[in-house]
Amino acid sequence: MKMLEKIEAVPGVVGARTIDGFAYIGGLATLTGQAAYVTFVGPFRGQRLRPQRAIHQAMAVGVEAIAIVSLITFFVGLIMALQSAYELRRLGAMQFVAGAVAVSILRELGPLLTAIVVIGRSGSAFAAEIGTKKVTEEVDALRTMAFNPVAFLVAPKFLAMLVMVPCLTVWADFMGVVGGSVFGVAGAGFTVGSYFQATLDSIVARDIYTGLIKSVIFGLVITAVGCKEGFSTGAGAEEVGRSTTSAVVTSIALVIVVDLVFTALFYFINPT
Amino acid sequence: MNDAAASEAAISVVNLRVSYGEREILHGITFDVRRGETMVILGGSGSGKSTLLRTLVGLEKPTSGEVWIRGVNTAHVSDREMDQIRKKMGMSFQGSALFGSMTVGENVALPLREHTDLEESTIKIMVRIKLGQVGLGSFENYMPSQLSGGMKKRAAVARALAMDPEILFFDEPSAGLDPIIAAGLDELILNLKKAYAMTIVVVTHELSSAFLIADRMVYVDRGHIVALGTREEFQASTHPRVRQFLDRVPEPEVNEELDYLQMLTGDPASGS
Repeated sequence: MKMLEKIEAVPGVVGARTIDGFAYIGGLATLTGQAAYVTFVGPFRGQRLRPQRAIHQAMAVGVEAIAIVSLITFFVGLIMALQSAYELRRLGAMQFVAGAVAVSILRELGPLLTAIVVIGRSGSAFAAEIGTKKVTEEVDALRTMAFNPVAFLVAPKFLAMLVMVPCLTVWADFMGVVGGSVFGVAGAGFTVGSYFQATLDSIVARDIYTGLIKSVIFGLVITAVGCKEGFSTGAGAEEVGRSTTSAVVTSIALVIVVDLVFTALFYFINPT
Repeated sequence: MNDAAASEAAISVVNLRVSYGEREILHGITFDVRRGETMVILGGSGSGKSTLLRTLVGLEKPTSGEVWIRGVNTAHVSDREMDQIRKKMGMSFQGSALFGSMTVGENVALPLREHTDLEESTIKIMVRIKLGQVGLGSFENYMPSQLSGGMKKRAAVARALAMDPEILFFDEPSAGLDPIIAAGLDELILNLKKAYAMTIVVVTHELSSAFLIADRMVYVDRGHIVALGTREEFQASTHPRVRQFLDRVPEPEVNEELDYLQMLTGDPASGS
C-alpha cells in the first residue's frame, strides 16, 4: 500500500522538479537581464556606471587565475599528447600528435578547463561574497540606501567575467599547445618550430572561435549561478557554505550541459 | 484633534498585513508616527516588530494595507519611486551592516558619491562632519573590522545620516552591547533628536532604553498592536501582556510545537 502510494507520487515529483528546474533557469536569465540592463542601458538613463568595481573584479577573476590555468592546461596538453601518441604510434602517424592536441585543446579542453578553474576560484567566491553580505544585512543596507543590489554587486562581476573568461581561454589554449610541444619535441621527433608549424597547419579559425563563443557563455552561466546562489542564502553562517557548494556543483553541471548544447549546435549548423 | 494629528504624521500605517509565505506575521497594524517625534516599537522576540520595521523601510511588501510616507503609499509604488523615498530615510541595522571592503569614511561617503553631484572635497568635509556627530571623528580611515561593536553601530548611524534623512530608523540599537556602550547610543539618539528634530523610529526590547528615548511607544504582540501611548501611559498600563513585558514575567514553558507556532503568529481566539 505504502509502496503504491510512493509510485503514484512519482509523476508529481518529477513534474514539480521539472518546473523548479525551469524556474531556476528563468531566475538565472532574469538576473543576467537585469545586470545587462544596468550595464548597457542604465548609463544612458542617467544611472552611473562604476568601472573601477569591474576592474577590481577582473583582477580577481582573470589576472590572479593565470598561474593555475597555465599549470593545469600545460599538463593537460602534455597528457593529451601522450594519450594520442599511444594510439598514433601503432599507426606510425606520430606527426599527427600536434594536430590532435591542438584540436582537442582549442575546441574543447581549453574552454572547459578554464571554466572549471573559474568556477572553483570565482563562482564559489561570488556565492560566498553575496551570501555573506546577505547574512550580515549588507544587501538590505544597499536597498535601504536606494542602491540596486544587482547594479552594485552583480553587474561588475558579469562585466569582468565577460572579458576575462575568453582571455583566460586564449591563454589556456596557448599553454595547452605548449604542453603538447614538450612531448612533441622530446618523444615525437619534432623541433619546437616544426611542432608549432604543424599545429598552425592543422587548425582553422573555426576551432578557435567556437571555443571562445563557448567560453563567453560559460562565463555568463558561472556568474549567474554564483550570484543567484548568493542571493538565495538564508540566515546564518552555515547557509553561506551551502550556497557556495551549491554554486560550484550547479555551475559545473550547467557548464557541461551548455557545452554539449553548443558543441551540437556548431556541429549541425556547419558540419564541414 | 485627530485630523490635525493625521496631517502631522510622518508615517501613517493603516491596517497593515504582512505574510512570509503562508504564515501571516502582522495581522492588521494601524498607527501613526508624528513628525519630529521618537517612536519606539516594543515587543518580544518573534512578536513581528522587526517585520514591521522592515516593511516601513520597504524591504518587505505588505500583503494588504497601506504605509504612507511623504504622501506616498509605499505599498503600491515602483522600485524607482521607492528609491526616491529611501533617499530621505536612514536606517541603522542591528548588526551595523557596514560594507566590510570599504573604510568607515568610504561607507559614509558612498550614498553621497552615488546619489549626489557633490565635489569630492565637499564629500570629504561632510563625511568628517557626520562622523564627528557620532563621536568617531578620527576613525575615518579605519576598516569596520577594526572597530568595536559600539563604534560600528555609531559608524552605521553616521552612514544613515549621510543624506540628511527626514526619518531615521534603528533596529535594536543596543542589541549585543554592554550597558555603558548602550547608554552611549541612547544618548546619541537623544542628541540627534535635539539637534535635527528628526522623526526617529526605534525597534527594541530594551525597556530602560525605550523609556529614556521615547516620546511615544507602541507595543507589538503576536502581530497585533496591543498598546500605544506615551511613557507615562505605558507605565500605568493594565493590559496583561504589557504588564507581563514591563514586569519581566516569564512565559509558561513551551512544549508543544503548535503552542510555539501560535505564540509566534496567531492569537488562540482566532484559531488561524
